[in-house]
Amino acid sequence: MGLNATKVGLDLVRLGRELAFTPEDQATVRQILARYPADRRASAIMPVLWLAQERFEFLSQEAIELTARSIDMPLHEVAAVASFYTMYHLEPVGKYVLQVCCTLSCSIMGAERVFAHMEQKLGIKAGETTPDGKFTLKKVECLASCGSAPMLQINERMFDENLDEAAVDRLLDGLK
Amino acid sequence: MSLNKKLLLFAHIDEPGLTGIDVYKRAYDGYKAVEKTVGGKVAPNDVIDLVKASGLRGRGGAGFSTGMKWSFVPKDSPKPRYLVVNADESEPGTFKDRELMTKNPHQMIEGVILSSYAIKAHAAYIYIRGEFAFLLPALESAIAQAKAAGYLGTNILGSGFDLECHLHLGAGAYICGEETALLNSLEGQRGTPRLKPPFPAVEGLYACPTVVNNVETLCAVPPIVLNGADWYRQWGTEKSPGTKLFSVSGPVKKPGNYEVPLGLPLRALLEDYAGGLKDGYTLKAIIPGGSSVPALLPSQLDTPLDYESVAAAGSMVGSGGCVFVDDQVCMVDLALNVTKFYRHESCGKCTPCREGTHWMENILTQIENGEGTIEQIDELYGICDMILGKSFCALGDAAAMPVMSYIKLFRDEFEFHVREKRCQVNRRKAELAPFREAAAAASQV
Ligand SMILES: Cc1cc2nc3c(=O)[nH]c(=O)nc-3n(C[C@H](O)[C@H](O)[C@H](O)COP(=O)(O)O)c2cc1C
Ligand code: SF4
Ligand code: FES
Repeated sequence: MGLNATKVGLDLVRLGRELAFTPEDQATVRQILARYPADRRASAIMPVLWLAQERFEFLSQEAIELTARSIDMPLHEVAAVASFYTMYHLEPVGKYVLQVCCTLSCSIMGAERVFAHMEQKLGIKAGETTPDGKFTLKKVECLASCGSAPMLQINERMFDENLDEAAVDRLLDGLK
Repeated sequence: MSLNKKLLLFAHIDEPGLTGIDVYKRAYDGYKAVEKTVGGKVAPNDVIDLVKASGLRGRGGAGFSTGMKWSFVPKDSPKPRYLVVNADESEPGTFKDRELMTKNPHQMIEGVILSSYAIKAHAAYIYIRGEFAFLLPALESAIAQAKAAGYLGTNILGSGFDLECHLHLGAGAYICGEETALLNSLEGQRGTPRLKPPFPAVEGLYACPTVVNNVETLCAVPPIVLNGADWYRQWGTEKSPGTKLFSVSGPVKKPGNYEVPLGLPLRALLEDYAGGLKDGYTLKAIIPGGSSVPALLPSQLDTPLDYESVAAAGSMVGSGGCVFVDDQVCMVDLALNVTKFYRHESCGKCTPCREGTHWMENILTQIENGEGTIEQIDELYGICDMILGKSFCALGDAAAMPVMSYIKLFRDEFEFHVREKRCQVNRRKAELAPFREAAAAASQV
């Protein structure tokens, strides 16, 4: 494993708080592995990273290590995958991740105006999280809702009904 | 002219309860094609021949003959074969696969069963873009229903044919829509494209023969297999048979997905389906096949929407993401928006695309900010030309083609930017001005 000594040392220090999957999660990991040929465990990296992110909110070094351990894959391979895909959070994010599409059709239909309104309302800029940890605001790319622009996705849910500033206000004020 | 808007894929798309297998069976003659072919032990090759004869072409963007692609899978290979569904739908302007999977998951699953049977695959993977995670429970339950009904699993309908169908969630990377990048991603690597050949049909997933098909392509398979090639050819043209979904967006009265017979004039899509532009808007350009294709002008509205005619008009049917652009949109601004997308999504593997998109964005930003020169317009065009056809995968072309066409069709707007140091028109910027002013005022206190 391409780890340097300091890093391994650090990991040893951290052993006390090594993350673990619950027995149910371990069963899920086994189910995930069963979807792929036995000698193709690497295919389980993405789904198990998703599971780890769901459990531990973001993919800390420990969560990535846990993923690698649970499917017996080299850490550097798992880390390389985790860093390639934009939906894996390597840093903590807010309770609600507000993802506003500002690509082509959405841009034409005024998404950036709605986005600027959200920046103003929340007092944060693109990529930032509110101090209370409630909202992370992100500009994202086409979410396959171009016909209902402007739109946004909050965590997994799509809100795609031609949102304007008033609708966004109602939506955000309603999130507890 | 009264249009029949209930064709095949969308014939009963809004039927309540369609995500359930019983409603699907009733509304769409669902799983009858599987009963007929798999249950009836029709030779897999005959299914391939039928789909070939129907003229169905891939709906993911390239428009390649589906039956032909299936026939490239080696008949004598001792290796396992795989079917992979490309449900990564992320070409800006495109939102049809999402509606198909949300409203009618069984049609895709039936298409998966038929195509897997045709190529003798015993495992199928549906690769879904990460942002569609909300679709997973419904898709899982549709797969479970199909399995409980004996259409998936071992010894399907007593035929001796086994098939398992799995879902695999992506995690945000446009490049994973490119089929070889998708396969790398499915294998648990970073999503970067592979050199072709070998094509996936010969060496795809886990180095085994693999067919990658788009969701819409697979949804068209059950009705074709059930009703025959001639029946499918009642729609469309000789070379572009059948129907296709177009995702209509931009300032039109009724944006949304429409299923049209290929060859329908673009004007009919705009006026008869999408209700025309909203009141007070004037059409300036049409992007007929997703963000990666060249634009068309309003004078080309009579272009028939089939692969050949759109190509003859200088653009592409692509994914069918049809964006109508009105005259208050600045084309330099739009070029920059599209370029930022491709620059961000470039996987960085090859120089023309990685460096080229970077330089495109730099120059476009300068022109947009009124700091560009006339020479830079030509330089920008030249950079696009250096990417086009010279990058490792088609993402490079996707980045270059739209910008080249915007320069060709709207050169006056680019020159205006250089000369006057501002946009000719720009609704987006005008709308953002108050926010800029507020921010500037706040920073002065
Ligand atoms: C950069 C890039 C992105 C692509 N994105 C998608 C996509 O999101 N969905 C899709 O079905 N095909 C996409 N394709 C096309 C696929 O590579 C492939 O041609 C397609 O999945 C084949 O299926 P079909 O023959 O049924 O169309 C993309 C191609 C490129 C070069
Ligand atoms: S063209 Fe772009 S996306 Fe394709 S391999 Fe090269 S850098 Fe990657
Ligand atoms: S362009 Fe915004 S959802 Fe497609």
